[in-house]
Amino acid sequence: MDEIFHLETPLSVEDIAPLKSGDRVTISGVLYTARDAAHHRLLKLIEAGKELPIPIKDQIIYYVGPSPAPPGRVIGAAGPTTSYRMDPYTPSLLKLGLRGMIGKGKRSKEVKEAMVKYKAIYMAAIGGAGALMARAIKEVRVLAYEDLGPEAIRELKVERLPVIVVNDIQGNDLYLEGQKQYQIA
Amino acid sequence: MREVSTKRIIAEVRDSVIRANYELGEEVVQAFKDALGYEESPVARDILGQLMENATIAKEERIPICQDTGVAVVFVELGQEVSIVGGDFKSALEEGIRQGYEDGFLRKSVCHPFTRQNTGDNTPIIVHVDVVPGDKLKIWVVPKGGGSENMSQLFMLPPSAGWAGIREKVVETVEDAGPNPCPPTIVGVGIGGNFEQSALMAKKALLRPLGTKNQDPELAKMEEELLIEINKTGIGPQGLGGRVTSLAVHILMMPCHIASLPLAVNIQCHATRHLEVVL
Repeated sequence: MDEIFHLETPLSVEDIAPLKSGDRVTISGVLYTARDAAHHRLLKLIEAGKELPIPIKDQIIYYVGPSPAPPGRVIGAAGPTTSYRMDPYTPSLLKLGLRGMIGKGKRSKEVKEAMVKYKAIYMAAIGGAGALMARAIKEVRVLAYEDLGPEAIRELKVERLPVIVVNDIQGNDLYLEGQKQYQIA
Repeated sequence: MREVSTKRIIAEVRDSVIRANYELGEEVVQAFKDALGYEESPVARDILGQLMENATIAKEERIPICQDTGVAVVFVELGQEVSIVGGDFKSALEEGIRQGYEDGFLRKSVCHPFTRQNTGDNTPIIVHVDVVPGDKLKIWVVPKGGGSENMSQLFMLPPSAGWAGIREKVVETVEDAGPNPCPPTIVGVGIGGNFEQSALMAKKALLRPLGTKNQDPELAKMEEELLIEINKTGIGPQGLGGRVTSLAVHILMMPCHIASLPLAVNIQCHATRHLEVVL
């Protein structure tokens, strides 16, 4: 657990295969933001067989709705939102080759099974540490759904964004294992 | 009658909501420090350190502690000898919030329930007014995030459930919430009253500054017992396992109907933001 892994996007299956739940990772490269409303729209496009506004294969989606950028900054606070709300949409994205997700909180059984099947990982960023997370974000561009305000899809260029692997491709879950280790019967 | 102008109310509310979102209370930072004294998990200790670092960055760089700057809840104690002049009181509160969210670069997080269309200015706000004796106007500005609010629960228990039933439901609520409400949390508990009153008490209990003891010794004992039970779950900071799932439990209690035992549990994330102003 002491070693810190480093990932550069886009990710291949080989990149994420060695990672285990509990590993600390830093990420550099491009992330795409999407939360509830954006997922809803992406799924409508997938169902209609239309082109998506962002690449999915081998990419990472970060569940975040940042606060507005004050003058002189590229973004405001930018910590993760709770992931379970994206669960109904996630297996369809994993099927298209989505390789990683960053959020906070437990995922559904369906999402966990799809992560093993399609080989993807789920990572947790520290919820409520929005000011700290923003430090790793260097460039921001709105790519789609500007009308959704904080929920618009953004492209984030990040440098060494710190996360922890929760679900690896073997099906391990840090939320279950971590709690068990400290539970007092 | 002592006069308070709506102009002053707007300015105070505006400044308070910005400050509440940029500056984590010293009592919360102290609670993180105290938690380091008994947290055993190395990952959890790391997280507590990062939460303190986050608070410092937010305060120094003037950005929000958390991007979820919440729905604005405003609690008011209006002295009955205060006369509000210069306009409508609730509109003034709303205008203060509107200006604060715009000028402070706070995220607007209020939308239509079905279309999800953002209202664009973080209004409407949620206001609770109590009229009290005296000539002071007290306003608490409490931005509340969605993650922890979503994990809150209300139970209309049968009276036979008693304290054991309450304890079980409170711990179950925290356990079901797991990592979602951004632990370490503060758990607000409202016992008694009725359906809506229990929920209001659960939220109001969170206004008590962290680290202060409940003045009612019976409730103080219940709070301690619940905190021990909650921290036995092992959920820990961010739900990644550890000793510190919650920093405190705060209870408010009042009598209820002979047929009922209402219980509300309002979970507050570690980014607990509230600011009190007295006008």
